[in-house]
Amino acid sequence: MSEIPAELKYTDSHEWIREDEGGIATIGITDHAQEQLGDLVFVELPEVGSTLSAGDACCVVESVKAASDVYSPLSGEVVEVNELLNDAPETINDSPYDDGWLFKIKMAAETELDDLLDAEAYEAEAED
Amino acid sequence: MANKTVLFDKHVEYGGKIVDFAGWEMPVNYGSQMDEHHQVRKDAGMFDVSHMVVVDLKGERVREFLKYLLANNVDKLQDSGKALYSCMLREDGGVIDDLIVYFMDESWFRMVVNAATRDKDLAWLQQHAADFGVEVIERPELAMIAVQGPNAREKALQALPVDVVEAAGALKRFYGCACGEWFVGRTGYTGEDGFEIMLPETEAAAFWDKLSAAGVKPAGLGARDTLRLEAGMNLYGTDMTEDTSPLISGLGWTIAWEPADRNFIGREALEKEKAEGVKFRLAGLVLEGRGVLRGHQKVITDAGEGEITSGTFSPSLGKSIALARIPKEASGKCQVEIRGKLVDAQIVKPVFVRDGQPV
Repeated sequence: MSEIPAELKYTDSHEWIREDEGGIATIGITDHAQEQLGDLVFVELPEVGSTLSAGDACCVVESVKAASDVYSPLSGEVVEVNELLNDAPETINDSPYDDGWLFKIKMAAETELDDLLDAEAYEAEAED
Repeated sequence: MANKTVLFDKHVEYGGKIVDFAGWEMPVNYGSQMDEHHQVRKDAGMFDVSHMVVVDLKGERVREFLKYLLANNVDKLQDSGKALYSCMLREDGGVIDDLIVYFMDESWFRMVVNAATRDKDLAWLQQHAADFGVEVIERPELAMIAVQGPNAREKALQALPVDVVEAAGALKRFYGCACGEWFVGRTGYTGEDGFEIMLPETEAAAFWDKLSAAGVKPAGLGARDTLRLEAGMNLYGTDMTEDTSPLISGLGWTIAWEPADRNFIGREALEKEKAEGVKFRLAGLVLEGRGVLRGHQKVITDAGEGEITSGTFSPSLGKSIALARIPKEASGKCQVEIRGKLVDAQIVKPVFVRDGQPV
C-alpha cells in the first residue's frame, strides 16, 4: 500500500499540497503516483517567478517508460523549485513527500485549498 | 479478455506489476525496472516470454519453402541447431514480422515470432506453406523463459534438467538444441549472453523457482525494452512495420541478396527501392541536452527531417538514447523536438551497449 500522510491535501491527478507559513504551499507527487510511474529519470520544473493558474500543466516527470504532466493544484507565483531533482530525479521515488518535493507557490487565492481532497478522499481516489 | 501465460501466478508471487501487452497480462517490472536492467547487464535475469509464438515447420520441402518465404537465406543454416534472424516481407517489401528460425533437420525448422503479430503471421505461413506441402504447427503448449546476462548460462545450467545440461552447456552463440520437449537456444534480446529456453508449460513454474534459487532474478518487459534498445535491436511495430522496408529500418544486413537467382517474397520491391536510391536509414541518437527521447519525436538534421522510432533513458549510459529514421546522408549533430523545444543530440551507430560494455 502506498503512503498517504494525513496532514497533506491532494488532487485526483495525484499531486500533494502542504500549506506552509506565509501563504506558501509546497507541491509534489504522491507515493502512489511515483509507484505507478516507476523509476524517474528526468524532471522538468517550472520557472521561478512564473505565474500559474490552478490546473495548469507546469512540470513534467519522466520515468524510464513514460512522460507524465504535473498540474498545479493552486494559482499563484512559483517562488522556489527543487533544484536537487535536476541531478537526482530518483529522489521522488525515494522520498515523494519530503526530499522529492517539486515546487513552492505563493498562493493567489488561499480559498482554493478548500477545493482539494483530504487524505481519506484521496485514498478512495487512488484505489480506483 | 486478456491472455495469461502459465507463469502468471509466479509473476504475482514475485511481486510483478502486471500490464497489458498485446492482449497479454505481463509483468512490466517486479519493483524497479532500473534494478532489473542492471541485474541483466551485470549478473543474470529471467524474462517470461511465453507469449511469443513457437511454430514448427515440417515437411520435405521446408528449406525450399523458407528460402522463398524469408528475406534472409536459410542456406546459411547447414549445421543442425544453427539459428538465423530474418524478416518476413510482403510483396511490396513491408515487414510482416521479424523472427528467429532454427534449423533442426532437413524436414524440421523451428521459428519464433512475435506475440502481437501471431494471427497474421500464422495466416501468412499457412497461405504459402501449402504450396510446398509444409505443415505449420503452432506450439502453444510450450512456455519460454529467456535467461540473460554475463552469468546467465552458468546459473541456468544449475537449474536445467540433467539430460539437457550437457547439450545446452556445449552450445555456441546463436545455436539451439532440442532435448525431448525442452529446447535451449543460445540467443536473446538484450545484447548479453544467455539462453532462451522453451519447455513444457507444466514444468515452467517449477523451473522458474529453480532459476530463482540459482540466483537468477525476474525482470519485466520494461527492462527488456531498455536492454534491447541499448543493444540496438529493433522492436517490431515501432522500428519497422508493414509500411517500412528493412532497407530504411536498419535491417539491410538481414537481406541475403546472393545468390541473385533466389526468389524470395519482397525481393523485387527491395531491388526497385535500392535501384531508385534508399532515402532513409535507422540511426542511433544520444541526447546531449536534458530530457528523454521518445518515439515519434521529430529529428532535425542538416540533411532534412526524421523521426524517432523508439527512445528511452539508458540505465547503463545514464543518458537518453533512441533509434531514429533519418535522411541517409545525415550525420554528426542533430536536434530533437521535445515538447516544442529543440534539444541537441548526436547521431551514432545504432548500438549502444554490448556484453555489458558501452560501444
